[in-house]
Amino acid sequence: MKNEYDVLVVGGGPGGALAAWTAARLGLSVCLIEKRPAIGAPVRCAEGIGKELLKSFIEPDPRWVSADIKRARIVAPDGTTIALDENKAGAEVGYVLDRKVFDRELVWQASKAGSDVFVKTRAVAPIMEGRHVRGAVVECCGKRQDVRAKVTIAADGVEAKFARWCGIDTTIPLTEMMSCIQYLVTDIDIDPNSNDFYLGNDVAPQGYLWVFAKGERSANIGIGIPASKNKPDMRARDYLDRFMRENFPNGKIIECIFGGDPVSRPLPCTVADGLMIVGDAARVVDPITGGGIGNAMITGRLAAEVAAKAIAQGDTSKEALMPYDAGWRQAKMGKTLERNYKVKEYFITLSDEKMNTLAQSIEGINFSEITVMALLTEIIKRNPKMLLELKGLTHALI
Amino acid sequence: MLQIHREICGYCGACVSVCPEGALELVDAYLTVESDICRCCGICTKACPLGALEVTDEE
Repeated sequence: MKNEYDVLVVGGGPGGALAAWTAARLGLSVCLIEKRPAIGAPVRCAEGIGKELLKSFIEPDPRWVSADIKRARIVAPDGTTIALDENKAGAEVGYVLDRKVFDRELVWQASKAGSDVFVKTRAVAPIMEGRHVRGAVVECCGKRQDVRAKVTIAADGVEAKFARWCGIDTTIPLTEMMSCIQYLVTDIDIDPNSNDFYLGNDVAPQGYLWVFAKGERSANIGIGIPASKNKPDMRARDYLDRFMRENFPNGKIIECIFGGDPVSRPLPCTVADGLMIVGDAARVVDPITGGGIGNAMITGRLAAEVAAKAIAQGDTSKEALMPYDAGWRQAKMGKTLERNYKVKEYFITLSDEKMNTLAQSIEGINFSEITVMALLTEIIKRNPKMLLELKGLTHALI
Repeated sequence: MLQIHREICGYCGACVSVCPEGALELVDAYLTVESDICRCCGICTKACPLGALEVTDEE
């Protein structure tokens, strides 16, 4: 490992990998460090991503696409099911990935483009000159060294420790941290081309439970509920275990993962002098779905592009890096995050009865597109009596 | 003090992100708590999906 790079990327998930890959392709010297011993493991994710979004970064490959999803189903508390079919809707439903292979592929691409990659190597402190971040002290197998960089990209995921060490408050409110647990279950009868979402305060209070197909007879089955909803005798795990007992009693659990998922607004500012924050660390997770892979890749790529310009101009101050922060906020991604945050805030107030009413009102509709916007537009259109209540939601959509 | 039940902990980091003091950290995939920073507020115990954290009276 050298002592000096143009760009130091802390974290080897999709955000960090895209940052390193892009920066290397733009001719910068790049160092990517990952604290875990292996890229992509353990998985902390339900592994779903939109098809078009994925294709804007990399051509899908059967080695890391576990399932090509043709439809989605949303199941209301009373069992009312809203079916969203790809045949009527274009290719927005998505793929379920094999993150262990996918993440490695992205980092491999970054490496092929020229990035240095080091696993089991973690940042233990930023190198600061006044308020300017100049790299990090890194530790690999007990050995510490300084790695100086013109720009440091914090891609350390939901923990977001690096930015915090640099003086940015990255603490997530308890109500906005989704407490998640997921099983990879095999030997079960599922629709291998469907992703199913179960709603309801009995199933997953203020969250949802998912069954994402991962092949003919296996699926990621998981749940996310606000951390504040965890009770000593009824934690996320208890809700999931009850669902498993009732729906897949003979399924074999071959993997069990846990994690936090921030469904808050993004960080108020995702840059500082010499520092850029991407992906989950920047809180650019969709507040409704909890999905973060695509947004991490978008921010990773954009951060590297802005960093390259700033480095070329010899100015890596906060002001010089601000086009990154402004860029993703003004892009479709930033606007969708803001809209979906408002929508999420509305939906978590709904009782099961209201959810059933809304689901019944749009049951059986052939949607022209599978988007949150399309669902909401139909809900508002078909519930004129609830217009006053839905007013706040209408504002969120404008 | 904050007690980490290591036989339950999944080392996912959910608690790390909600700690207002930054007292928790995953080091080499193990959860550690800096006891001189931790205020034993218990927020992390609520974020844990598994119930691996507990605030006890023990010193």
